Amino acid sequence: MAKTKSSLKPVEELTYEEALAELEGIVESLEGEQNPLEDSMKLFERGQALAAHCGALLESAQLKVQKLVGESVIPFEEEPE
Amino acid sequence: MVSVISVAKNKQPHQTPKSKNRNYTLGKLSTLNDFFSASIFPFPIPSFSIILRPMQPDLFSTTLTVSQLTFRIRKLLEDNPELQDVWVTGEISNLSRPASGHIYFTLKDKNASLRCVMWKTEALRTRPNLQEGAAVEVHGKIAVYEPQGQYQLIASLIQAKGEGVLFQEFSRLKAMLEAEGLFDPERKRPIPELPQKIGIITSATGAALRDMLNTIRRRLPLAHVILAPSPVQGIEAPPALVKAIQSLNLQSPDVILLARGGGSIEDLWAFNDERVVRAVVDSKAPIISGVGHETDFTLCDFAADLRAPTPTAAAELATQTTLDDLHFQLSTYQSRLTDLISGLLADQKAFLSAVASRLKYVSPERRILSEYQHLDELSRRAFSALHHRIQLHSASVDGISKRLQALNPEGVLARGYAIITRKSDGKVVGKVSQAQGEMNVRVSDGEFEVHRGLDTALRKT
Repeated sequence: MAKTKSSLKPVEELTYEEALAELEGIVESLEGEQNPLEDSMKLFERGQALAAHCGALLESAQLKVQKLVGESVIPFEEEPE
Repeated sequence: MVSVISVAKNKQPHQTPKSKNRNYTLGKLSTLNDFFSASIFPFPIPSFSIILRPMQPDLFSTTLTVSQLTFRIRKLLEDNPELQDVWVTGEISNLSRPASGHIYFTLKDKNASLRCVMWKTEALRTRPNLQEGAAVEVHGKIAVYEPQGQYQLIASLIQAKGEGVLFQEFSRLKAMLEAEGLFDPERKRPIPELPQKIGIITSATGAALRDMLNTIRRRLPLAHVILAPSPVQGIEAPPALVKAIQSLNLQSPDVILLARGGGSIEDLWAFNDERVVRAVVDSKAPIISGVGHETDFTLCDFAADLRAPTPTAAAELATQTTLDDLHFQLSTYQSRLTDLISGLLADQKAFLSAVASRLKYVSPERRILSEYQHLDELSRRAFSALHHRIQLHSASVDGISKRLQALNPEGVLARGYAIITRKSDGKVVGKVSQAQGEMNVRVSDGEFEVHRGLDTALRKT
């Protein structure tokens, strides 16, 4: 599955969910299928990059809050507590 | 008088009466005369002069039939928008529920009575709980029953009056919506475990929003929150909540939190509004309701895909997967990945070394060594053979050399012999007859010449 994706997006451009889903696919592919060693190494490297990216996203996550006004969405300023 | 007979304009039938000035009391609507003298009709009403001023029949150009007059009265009443959307309060009497399914009764107070009917369809839809003598509030429209010349109230909704009216309305609406299947468990949609976009519908000010945002921020800061602010109490709340649910759905959130902090049953009432309940059911995104406190149940709670006891709990239920879970999940994947690849590499190495040793066994190296040995052997034998031959030859040359030495004429000269050669032709003189003329005599240490003349007699020895 993951190995056949020819046009892989650069890891940095993936959202957390995309990156995690791909990582999951890579792990399953490595567990299940018999890939050529070179492919496996490439998958592994991609997997490591994805995991690092996910970790960075988790570390830096900031809740994004927006407000709906009519049908458009604008930033929402929270009241200071 | 006008101010007394004020009625709610455009009032929706399913709203509950709250402000007193929307309701008639029967006493104020007791007679037609009262009604007409209320001067809410500024235009002249000539046909009623016969009632009001019977002494002046000459004013009429024509005499009306009863039907004509009744029709005019009917038109007058039924064309009046205020009388077509009215709440009246009174006590039920003469309750009659014939087999037709229609309900007939009279509303009474101290001074007046009003005939009422609720048609079967409304009766089936709203299932009013009616008892003789019960104080009720009735919503409906005034109509005229021409055969008997009676005006009456066509009721669309009948509610118990006073204390508990909200609860009864709650129960009635609940039963009705339940019967429609709006609360069926099969309708409930699953709440996504890891929502990316969380919609929130609540008041833009207030603790509920702050609590929910703090909860989401603490548990899943990866999320993206879209707030659809809406009033959450008061008459404007239900339509605003409906609009908020619809607008928010256009943003395709993964889940919507419909929430409000605690309050009285009246404060929470907007969440029992039929329109809001239906909007919750119609929402494309699953809805988690969190209205009031643990003990508060609203119809939105029943309609929602998941009911949370409080706004904070709603936010928690919306973030079932937390940041910690994600960290854990990620590290699990990472270690699985590392284990996998090291296992894979170890397998490959083991396989490789097995193949390598098999390769060594069938390697041409052994043959090469054996060929070398063979070659050395051949080489040694060749050398040995050659050496032997050389020695053989050497011995033979020695023998020949000795024999040659023995044959050397120089050796004979040393023993006193001489070799004589004729100078004229160089021939060796072996016989006397050959000895003539100039000759060379060779002895062991040189030569000398001799001459033999013709006169010298040949002498044989």
